[in-house]
Amino acid sequence: MNDQQLARLVLLFFLACAAFTYPLLSIPDQPQLKAGAPLLIWYLFGVWAVLIALTAYWAYIQRKNREERP
Amino acid sequence: MNLTFVLVGAIFYIGFLFFVAWWVDQRSRQRSISLVQNPFIYSLSLAVYCTAWTYFGSVGRAASGGLSFLAIYLGPSLTAPLWIFVLRKMILISKHQRITSVADFISSRFGKSGTLATLVTLLAVFGIVPYISIQLKAVTTGVDVLTGHAYPYFKSEAHFWMDAAFWVTAAMALFTILFGARKIDPNERHEGMVAAVAVESIIKLIAFWLVGLFVLYSMNSGPADLFEQAMQREDTRKLLSLSTSGVPVMTWNILLLLSAVSFLLLPRQFHIGVVENTNPRHVETAMWLLPLYLLLINLFVLPIALAGKLIFDPAVLPDSYVIALPQSAGANSLALLVFIGGFSAATSMVIVSTTALSIMISNHLVVPVMIRMGRIGRSAGLEGFRTLLRIRRWSMVAVVVMAYIYLKTAGTGYDLVSVGLISFTAVAQFAPAALGGMYWKGATREGAITGLVVGFLIWAYCLPFSSLTQGGYFSNTILIEGPLSIDWLRPSSLFGLGGLDPISHAAWWSLFWNIFFFVSVSLFTKPSALTLTQADLFVNIHRYQKGVEQELRRRAASLSELYAVTNRFLGEKRVQQLILQFEKTHQLNLKNTQTAEPELINFMETHLAGAIGAASARLMIDSVSKEANITLEEVMQVLEQTQEVMRYSKALETKSQELEATTLQLTQVNEQLKALDRLKADFITTVTHELRTPVTSIKALSKILMDYSHELPKEKIDTYLQIIVGESNRISRLINQVLDIEKIQVEAQQAPMMEPVSVENLVQTVLTGMEQLFLEKKIQLEYEKRGDQWQVLGNPDRLTQVIINLLSNAIKFCAPTEGVIQVVLTDQDNLMELRVKDNGNGIPAEAQELIFGQFTQLKQGAQDKPQGTGLGLYITRQIVQQHGGRIFVESALGEGACFVLHLPKI
Repeated sequence: MNDQQLARLVLLFFLACAAFTYPLLSIPDQPQLKAGAPLLIWYLFGVWAVLIALTAYWAYIQRKNREERP
Repeated sequence: MNLTFVLVGAIFYIGFLFFVAWWVDQRSRQRSISLVQNPFIYSLSLAVYCTAWTYFGSVGRAASGGLSFLAIYLGPSLTAPLWIFVLRKMILISKHQRITSVADFISSRFGKSGTLATLVTLLAVFGIVPYISIQLKAVTTGVDVLTGHAYPYFKSEAHFWMDAAFWVTAAMALFTILFGARKIDPNERHEGMVAAVAVESIIKLIAFWLVGLFVLYSMNSGPADLFEQAMQREDTRKLLSLSTSGVPVMTWNILLLLSAVSFLLLPRQFHIGVVENTNPRHVETAMWLLPLYLLLINLFVLPIALAGKLIFDPAVLPDSYVIALPQSAGANSLALLVFIGGFSAATSMVIVSTTALSIMISNHLVVPVMIRMGRIGRSAGLEGFRTLLRIRRWSMVAVVVMAYIYLKTAGTGYDLVSVGLISFTAVAQFAPAALGGMYWKGATREGAITGLVVGFLIWAYCLPFSSLTQGGYFSNTILIEGPLSIDWLRPSSLFGLGGLDPISHAAWWSLFWNIFFFVSVSLFTKPSALTLTQADLFVNIHRYQKGVEQELRRRAASLSELYAVTNRFLGEKRVQQLILQFEKTHQLNLKNTQTAEPELINFMETHLAGAIGAASARLMIDSVSKEANITLEEVMQVLEQTQEVMRYSKALETKSQELEATTLQLTQVNEQLKALDRLKADFITTVTHELRTPVTSIKALSKILMDYSHELPKEKIDTYLQIIVGESNRISRLINQVLDIEKIQVEAQQAPMMEPVSVENLVQTVLTGMEQLFLEKKIQLEYEKRGDQWQVLGNPDRLTQVIINLLSNAIKFCAPTEGVIQVVLTDQDNLMELRVKDNGNGIPAEAQELIFGQFTQLKQGAQDKPQGTGLGLYITRQIVQQHGGRIFVESALGEGACFVLHLPKI
């Protein structure tokens, strides 16, 4: 794990912080439905899923790197 | 539904879990490979974060606050990428120090302080009790709903044994002891418990998904239909966004913060995440798998809440919707399954929390007191091991009973989430000391204690005190008018800060003052030697990880006493194993040793700390060991050694670079010296040769004259005599010049006789005198003057000598045929320049400075005989320097040499 790879996680954290707090959060925060579900639900769960996917990808890269140079 | 049916279901389920725990324990013991050493099991067991609060309470919270319930899960999720820094560091530190609880962690950081350990334990117990109480409440409510309200959890008029909550409490206490305190592991590992918790995590997720899918697709026709219905009604429509459901920005942010911190520092989270962790690398998996779990378990919360609101009248508790919905649709077995899921969530929380708290209570409250009272110690006959287990079990019962009492007194009027958040706020008080201490070396014990006490008092005043007052236990006037009618001390708007919900308000003030006192007191107090050691270890754990173990506590103890103490808590078998391990790693044989080395004492202390906590272990070991006095300076010294070494090696690098440069210079100087030495040797040969030649000819000629004077013709005698005189002159000239050097060097010490002189006149005089010589040698002289000011301050005799020397040299070295000498006199701004240029072979660049040295002669070719004494130019330069002037040569091989003389004008 080098510093650059660790810094990517910090970036991810800052992006997640921005996405899940105000003022960004106020954009989807409206009581209306989009494709059958509230806009806010799409937004919160969508961003959340992306965050999980990116972190999982990061962990996958780490594991691959470790396997390549044992 | 029949109560027996519910009970059988629950007992069957607990039996199954117990079997899982037992099987895992057996397996790991027999095959010494643990099933728990797996990143997925680790991540699933971390999901003990999702308790009855999540299972029942989130729906309840969503029914009034919409999606605000999600903040509790988003907080840990968005900080999950940072776990690789924070959680991993906590694990590394704890493995290194054998830390077994969050109280142990904080106390270890601040010099293994017993006070701090006790304080954190008390805070944790008071803080977590409300949290455990909501698990009891949720399970009791579940039973109540399932059995059609035959067994309400709170019947004030009935005896306590008629109360369902009492039996739930008793059952929980029993489960906890079965899972958490059957035996004592020296490392506080409960693999069976972890496996059971992981299984429970799967079960509660499946159960929650089943009820979610049932509500969406069986009771409604899909999510679109449900949300469409919700849009139609005002009270459900407003739940679809945060702003309309009345969640202030501040509350949302505070919830994110509280949950992010609590996820790491709640005693049960610390226990599962840090103490039970088998490999720090598992954090990498948990970083994404746990947020995924949280996402999945929350997916159906809002739909269930909306469905409940649409179907039920307001009298039905939203916290019970999860069970009430399938039950209302007649799906009784699903309702039971859902209850089992919630029961799962509640039991895993209670088991792990209570186990973690019991470790803290026994290690930091009971054992230290017993050691001080002499109940456990060297001479006490008690079997420490069994005592410890008994203490653990009783503390578990005490914690669960306290939760029951809290439920009865203060917890009735509130929904699950509100009570749970009280605990989150309490746990957040650990953050400055625990997290700050991991990154800030300057934090002191006093700072941590002050911060914790202040934060805890504000928390207690604003939250539990308030709810107790509202429950009618204290006078209501304090809430309305403030204590002693001081308005700005009202627990709901401290210091006049109103307009916030109680949790945000309490969290803000308690954390603000906690951090303020933690930092400011730290800045004004000095850490003890031990605190400093521990601080370095916590902050720079990665360095210690690489084996830079530093021995700081110099202690000595009798080996037998050390064994006696450790045997009591670790058991003889374990101690024998440890001794063998120690002997192997240090290549020692301790059989014939009487005293224990500091390394062995430290080794045993860390392992003992695994059983009874760092502070207690220190107390125990201190009772048998003597510590050499160690001063703060010494500690600083050792700690700075590593940095010193680094500084030293950097300095060494600079030094070696300097050395290289110096060596280069020295080599160059040495080369010059060697050249000079060669020249000097050559010169001595020359001088002796020069002296011998005339002496030889004088000797030979004189002998001829003496022996044959009467036979020789007159002309021949005259010639011989002329030669003798000439040769004698040559010798005396050489001797004179050597003497001149001596004279000039002496003169240099004194001020020479100076007067205004015209250089032009001197040059003119010399040229006139040498005219004949030029003619004889057939040398063409070109004399040129530029300017008209030639006055300098100087000694005319000496300056004349300079000009003669330069001209004689030019004559000597100019081309043998067609020789040309140019003399140029220039009047410059403030100096006078004389250039004497010949058209000889020239002087090579490396010799241009050497020719001005003593005894230097320029060889013109291999066979050439040196033509002078080798002192002329040396003398010239000495004179010029005495006059404050400068002389140098400009030349290239084959192009002649031009001597340049600069003298300052008057």
